[in-house]
Amino acid sequence: MSRNDRLFHPILATLQRELLLGLRNPGAVLNPLFFFVIATSLFPLGGSANPEWLGSIAPGVIWVMALLSVMLSMESLFRNDFEDGSLEVLLLSPQPLYFHVLMKVVGHWLLSGLPIAVLSPLLAYMLALPTVGYYPLIYGLLLGTPTLSLIGAIGTALTVGIGRSGLLLAVIVLPLCIPVLVFGAGLVETALVGLPVRGIASVMGAMLVGAVIGAPLAISAALRISVN
Amino acid sequence: MMQWLYKLGSPKHFYQMTSATLKPLSWITGVLMMVGVVWGLGFAPPDYQMGDNYRIIYLHVPTAMGAMGAFVMLALMAAMYMIWQIKMADLISKAIAPVGAWLCTLCLLTGSLWGRPTWGTYWIWDARLTSTLILLFLYLGIIALRSAYHSEKIAAKASAVLALVGVVNVFVIYYSVQWWNTLHQGASKLSASNDGVNPPEIWIPAFFCGFGVIGLYLLFIILRTRVEILRHERHSQWVQEMLLEEADL
Amino acid sequence: MTQPLIHTHKLSCERDERMLFTDLELTLHAGEAIHLAGSNGSGKTTLLRILADLNHDFTGEFSWQGKLVQHSPMAHEDYRLNMFYLGHSPGISRALTPLQNLTWFCALQGIDSENEEQILEVLRIQGLAGYENLPCYQLSAGQQRRVSLARLFLTNARLWLLDEPFTALDKQAVKELEAKVSTFVRGGGSVVLTTHHELRLDCPLRELNLDHPAQTLHEFAEEGR
Repeated sequence: MSRNDRLFHPILATLQRELLLGLRNPGAVLNPLFFFVIATSLFPLGGSANPEWLGSIAPGVIWVMALLSVMLSMESLFRNDFEDGSLEVLLLSPQPLYFHVLMKVVGHWLLSGLPIAVLSPLLAYMLALPTVGYYPLIYGLLLGTPTLSLIGAIGTALTVGIGRSGLLLAVIVLPLCIPVLVFGAGLVETALVGLPVRGIASVMGAMLVGAVIGAPLAISAALRISVN
Repeated sequence: MMQWLYKLGSPKHFYQMTSATLKPLSWITGVLMMVGVVWGLGFAPPDYQMGDNYRIIYLHVPTAMGAMGAFVMLALMAAMYMIWQIKMADLISKAIAPVGAWLCTLCLLTGSLWGRPTWGTYWIWDARLTSTLILLFLYLGIIALRSAYHSEKIAAKASAVLALVGVVNVFVIYYSVQWWNTLHQGASKLSASNDGVNPPEIWIPAFFCGFGVIGLYLLFIILRTRVEILRHERHSQWVQEMLLEEADL
Repeated sequence: MTQPLIHTHKLSCERDERMLFTDLELTLHAGEAIHLAGSNGSGKTTLLRILADLNHDFTGEFSWQGKLVQHSPMAHEDYRLNMFYLGHSPGISRALTPLQNLTWFCALQGIDSENEEQILEVLRIQGLAGYENLPCYQLSAGQQRRVSLARLFLTNARLWLLDEPFTALDKQAVKELEAKVSTFVRGGGSVVLTTHHELRLDCPLRELNLDHPAQTLHEFAEEGR
């Protein structure tokens, strides 16, 4: 095999495995989505069904709920692999761990962040978001949720050695996610008042690029620490 | 110089070298704080705009600087620990985190005390207040992660990774909060920043307070680090000998 | 004299303020097997995990074919390709089928995984014919262990680090595994393993007892030369 095959074949196998694991365990994939829909529906019930008020809070609510659903789904990223020893196999693979964890996060995002972005127009409609906000919401989520997954994966990798760590994960990861939330929701709000959004989208793109480059380093280091 | 740094890297030498500095540092800090607080609160003239309310800045500004400085120092220590495996760096960063969190809390408290008469509310989502609040969250995350692990070595490495990720993120957070604040105008209109030139009677006590708080902050970190050293090295010969000596006295 | 596959120099490990072993000099050549003995908590698993490059809390040096593993990326990759580690956990995912698990393993190890036939054949040898496409959580503990051990038949590694490989196996499977290890060592492979079970290997075997401190370890090093 050529040098490229020696790298690409194994990391694609890891991506494939991640997708298979997701499909084999539909609950882990669907529950965060259900949470996303249910928790968002609580706002009209707890607040008011007044479309004007709903429309004004819709960008923030949808983004906060997307952030929380991604965080909830993150716990499953390394948990089972840690318990059954597959994580050790991954750590001992001859290829750089960097690419394996990147592929795991990509696989995880395809089954968590992507469906959230796809579902978001439905919730936007229910929360009476003005129609000009739909596109910015969707592509904002497409740009932002992978960053959230990458940041969340750092937290997951740091806490995988600690039993039930859901709340701890939230405490350490949520503050780190604030910039994505601010720009994601801000993107929609800027579009609603009719201002150009390209600049904000570029900032989100830059954050994604930064996360893709930097986060796998932190995730790999954290995994090596956790599996000691 | 290198020799000196190397010595600081050993817990035993750090402990012995800081023993001598504790007393003078405490005195200097005490004098600076006394002069600064008495002068600032008692004798400095009232501000022509804010009256006596402004005096809280004698504590507010130094704590804000300390809270941010502590985070950068925490990340520096984390990097030193991760790259060169210097145990001392970890002991110091373990000591810094709660001090930084307290400085953040004090900064928020004094800020809201200042905000009440100035803005008419204890809390507004001003960019600086919000950033400080998020900084506090970051500190809390690092403290929570460290305390969640039973193994000290894993706790040390995990919180070092988080501190490094946090410091990279903190600049993005500051930038994003600034931007968010301009997006939601209104809050910032209230901020009554005093751009006028202050007379020296106002800013000289501020200097005393600033250096006083820095001294206090160093003192806390050194004291806490010394406790960590004793705990970490409790089985080593030099600690046992020292304790025996003190017991004899 | 040939270069040893693995050599440790002054390897020491401390856990919870207790020295597990000090200045361990361990030499392992091709075609040798070492049985790590010792009571519970004597550091057998820790030593294996250090050798597997999973545990980094040690002092001293550890080299693979004369190169320090920690410091040379090339030696590192080479070591990963040539070392197989079997830990306490099976290293297979319960949600996936034996075939999926082993396909992933082969891909990681750079073994030509287009060859699905080979994997099926190995599963047949392990007595798992008919279970290839069932998720592993439907298999018994012993069967899951066999899936995990099937990796020994697939890997090209020259060094096996086996931590309690006989756990949960029936008599027949134990015999088969012993035969597999013996054949591997006679064919030039090297094994370090821990077990509380009475080993019957048909190959040269040394015992390293971690209960006995430094003295024995040095004798052991002499014996190994």
